[in-house]
Amino acid sequence: MKKVISMLLVAALAVMMGSACFAEEGTLKIGFIGPLTGAAAVYGTSCLQGAQVAVDEINAKGGMQIELIAQDDEHDPEKSVNAYNTLWDEGAQMIVGCVTTGPCKAVSAEAYNDRMFMLTPSASSTEVTEGKDNMYQVCFTDPNQGSASAQFIVDNGLATKVAVIYNNADAYSTGIYQTFVANAAELGLEVVSVTTFTDDTTDFSVQLTDAKDNGADLVFLPIYYTPASMILSQANAMEYAPTFFGVDGMDGILTMEGFDTSLAEGLMLLTPFAADAEDERTQTFVAAYQAAYTDVPTQFSADGYDAVYALYEASLEGGINGDTSTEDACEILVKVMPEITVSGLTGEMDWDANGEVTKTPKAVVIQNGVYVGM
Amino acid sequence: MKKMSKTFINNAITYALVIVAFIVMTILQNAGVLTRSMKGQLIPICVYIVMAVSLNLVVGISGELCLGHAGFMSVGAFTGVVAAACLAGGVPNPTLRLILAMIVGGLIAAVAGVIIGVPVLRLRGDYLAIVTLAFGEIIRNVINCLYVALDGSALRMSFNTPVVQEAARTAEGIPFQVLINGPQGATVATKLATFTMGFVLIIFSLIVVLNLINSRSGRAIMAIRDNRIAAESVGIGVTKYKMMAFVISAALAGMAGALYSLNYSTVTASKFKFDTSILVLVFVVLGGIGNIRGSIIAATLLTVLPELLRAFNDYRMLIYAIVLILVMLTTNNPRFKQLRESLAEKLRRGKGAGNESEGGV
Amino acid sequence: MVFLSYLINGISLGSVYAIIALGYTMVYGIAKMLNFAHGDVIMVGAYISFCVTQYLGMPAIVSIVAAMFVCTVLGMLIERMAYKPLREAPKLAVLITAIGVSYLLQNSAQLIWGSNPKSFNSLVNIGSIRLFDGALLISDEAIVTVLCCIIIMVALTLFTSRTKMGKAMRAVSEDKGAAQLMGVDVNFTISITFAIGSALAAIAGVLLCSSYPVLQPTTGSMPGIKAFTAAVFGGIGSIPGAMLGGILLGLIEIFGKAYISTELGDAIVFLILIIMLLVKPTGLLGKKVNEKV
Repeated sequence: MKKVISMLLVAALAVMMGSACFAEEGTLKIGFIGPLTGAAAVYGTSCLQGAQVAVDEINAKGGMQIELIAQDDEHDPEKSVNAYNTLWDEGAQMIVGCVTTGPCKAVSAEAYNDRMFMLTPSASSTEVTEGKDNMYQVCFTDPNQGSASAQFIVDNGLATKVAVIYNNADAYSTGIYQTFVANAAELGLEVVSVTTFTDDTTDFSVQLTDAKDNGADLVFLPIYYTPASMILSQANAMEYAPTFFGVDGMDGILTMEGFDTSLAEGLMLLTPFAADAEDERTQTFVAAYQAAYTDVPTQFSADGYDAVYALYEASLEGGINGDTSTEDACEILVKVMPEITVSGLTGEMDWDANGEVTKTPKAVVIQNGVYVGM
Repeated sequence: MKKMSKTFINNAITYALVIVAFIVMTILQNAGVLTRSMKGQLIPICVYIVMAVSLNLVVGISGELCLGHAGFMSVGAFTGVVAAACLAGGVPNPTLRLILAMIVGGLIAAVAGVIIGVPVLRLRGDYLAIVTLAFGEIIRNVINCLYVALDGSALRMSFNTPVVQEAARTAEGIPFQVLINGPQGATVATKLATFTMGFVLIIFSLIVVLNLINSRSGRAIMAIRDNRIAAESVGIGVTKYKMMAFVISAALAGMAGALYSLNYSTVTASKFKFDTSILVLVFVVLGGIGNIRGSIIAATLLTVLPELLRAFNDYRMLIYAIVLILVMLTTNNPRFKQLRESLAEKLRRGKGAGNESEGGV
Repeated sequence: MVFLSYLINGISLGSVYAIIALGYTMVYGIAKMLNFAHGDVIMVGAYISFCVTQYLGMPAIVSIVAAMFVCTVLGMLIERMAYKPLREAPKLAVLITAIGVSYLLQNSAQLIWGSNPKSFNSLVNIGSIRLFDGALLISDEAIVTVLCCIIIMVALTLFTSRTKMGKAMRAVSEDKGAAQLMGVDVNFTISITFAIGSALAAIAGVLLCSSYPVLQPTTGSMPGIKAFTAAVFGGIGSIPGAMLGGILLGLIEIFGKAYISTELGDAIVFLILIIMLLVKPTGLLGKKVNEKV
């Protein structure tokens, strides 16, 4: 028994030490970290698939080739740091990731010390980029979304009494909620009901009843579309029909398999991406994505796609190729990123030196099962 | 006398295993042949070994099924972060600060162990298991609502509402640092954990646990496990000894938690959910219930295994699950047990009497 | 009125827990094991029902039968492959195997159906009931769930007390060895128990997803843990206990969130469980077993 174990240990060590391999000549190696298994797998998978579509497009063009190396982090900071270390071993030069906020905070601190450039498609907390020159974001920051939502509601006179239902076990949701409430107070918006849930919650009747009882005419949902779909269906069952207002995590609700889109009628959301947009680029992307994966892409897929393009364009601009060392690539990208403008599926993107993106969120309302610009 | 020397040899092998592994890893690390992936796992492996050893004290030695061990780890993890931040000004030496943080984490986790142990240890069997599960979930839920900030030299705590004075305080020139920010978790300013300290913690926990097992109290604990009523009838204080095992186990888990959190720049309450308690329980059962050395080996192998399986991508966790089931099935197969026993018999005959034994229960 | 609607929601949520808990409790009673994979069998049942209605366009009732069939086979297969070889093994070994099976089911589901959540269309469409001029609304899912729960509990009670098979089950749960001596086929009885438990899981899956319409590979895990809690609450191994425990748990969860705090909803549920177990250490309707030296 012990002999077997010790042999296994030796074998394990041998595998680990021998796994550092080197890139083909000229191929840019981009790492990807996100949850590909576990409860958050949907976000990581959508994002990775979007990124892969971008890589395939770029490789088909000829010129610089990209290899995307994906590592699973199970939405766990510990596993995420492991994934990050594995990417170093596999010779990644820069990273698209992490997809979720908690792991991203853990990994970005490591990457800051080791000098590996990171561009997160979707981790939106300001703490992710704070104090790290080599950490950039493709998505809006949480405060940005919270204040933009409050401003939009006031500017358009959508409501006077607002209820908020947010996920208090989730950094993204809590982050938006906190700035929303602070801004709402300044703008004279009355928040009459604040209720929470966690990732495991299935019953939202208490939250909805509380909002209804306090006479809220708008319910702000700074949450992902999965719980939102349950909230909409339960609100419908209890015949409560306020205006629902979501943020970018809400995108994807219309394309959820089996979802009755009539439930989302009148739902407003701020989103940088819409899968049924008319422009050619989005349509090509959606077609390519569906051909490869059958699912309909969400905002996460678009963020992943844009992240790859941003790194690609910045690399071309800065003259990075497959032979540039990771540390050199990092310094070049830190210089180049604030200077370039990338036009992607989620809009025109500029970055400030903190790594935060500037782009304008588009407000859309769902009418007859499709997004209509507002 | 012979019995004595047998335990002595058995324990010596356990210590030797850990020390040799540490020396080998340190040499490999300094020689630069370790991959980053392996280097990054060294500290988590130490943490999980301590978790497994401490849980084995409750599950194996004391014979109570605990499904909330991650709860104690989280108490230690979060208090460790707060303690390390508070000591940042007063104790400049990082190693000393880490030790103090681990001690504080361990102490607070021990307090949590007492609070939980008093009601829990009145119950038995699966009812005890479910209550530990419940406590683990409560701890996680409460920490998720906890906001702690360091305001100058004072700690500010609040529940459910964030401590939002940062801008004002910074303007006044008072250093303000948010330590625990509800679901967004704790932020660790400087990572203090080192592999050496991980090793020291393993040795410390081994000394505590192995000495306890071979002491008068340890024999009392095992007597209660084997037959509570008989133990009671010879005047062993059941609650006292069960409590002893439970609290020591909680304290060690708290220390491991502090080491864990100070190895990452962020730690969230959601890490310490039911799954993590189960993970540690798997280490204990796979390594052999009551077998401390087995726990160490199982914790190491099972922490490394999912990382080794990364090459299989999507099928990784599926293979992990299959390996888990197959290992349980084969190790509990009567024919396999027979084979193992006859092998051990041959070994014993070859080497002469008084060697080692598989320490399962 | 708000109180009444909370009450109804609580009973409806509790009934779902109760049906899952019935499966837990039956298996526990006979095999003396915590089948942690039970929650994941629920998830499989819901997926099967989803596929049959969504992809094959079959009516609801066919999908439920299909789900029950697949889950029954799956349950018996799991028992045969993973649990039966461990019948003489330590209890913890079986527990860990059950956890392994749970991981296996979740990860297989992710590979087969993908990680994208699916929106489950309610299979219940009989229209809601309005009371007090529409001020109180009872959804059709709630009505059907509660009815199903009661029917299943009554049927199970009759089955275990009246039929030969049921009596065999009780005999096996009391004393495996003695039952075998009396000519009861222990292995067959345990297999049947798993079959019934898994068929119940399929129904629970369909009802769970009809009321709370999101389906993903992890759908079963939290309801599974809650139902396990409910089974213990009512006294594990007791059929009326599981029902009572489930409904109480649902009520506590809803009222705790409504009148105390949504942030601490789960903490309240577990705290009350602990207090209850301290007062009555074997659950509400659990049997007190005297220990022998």
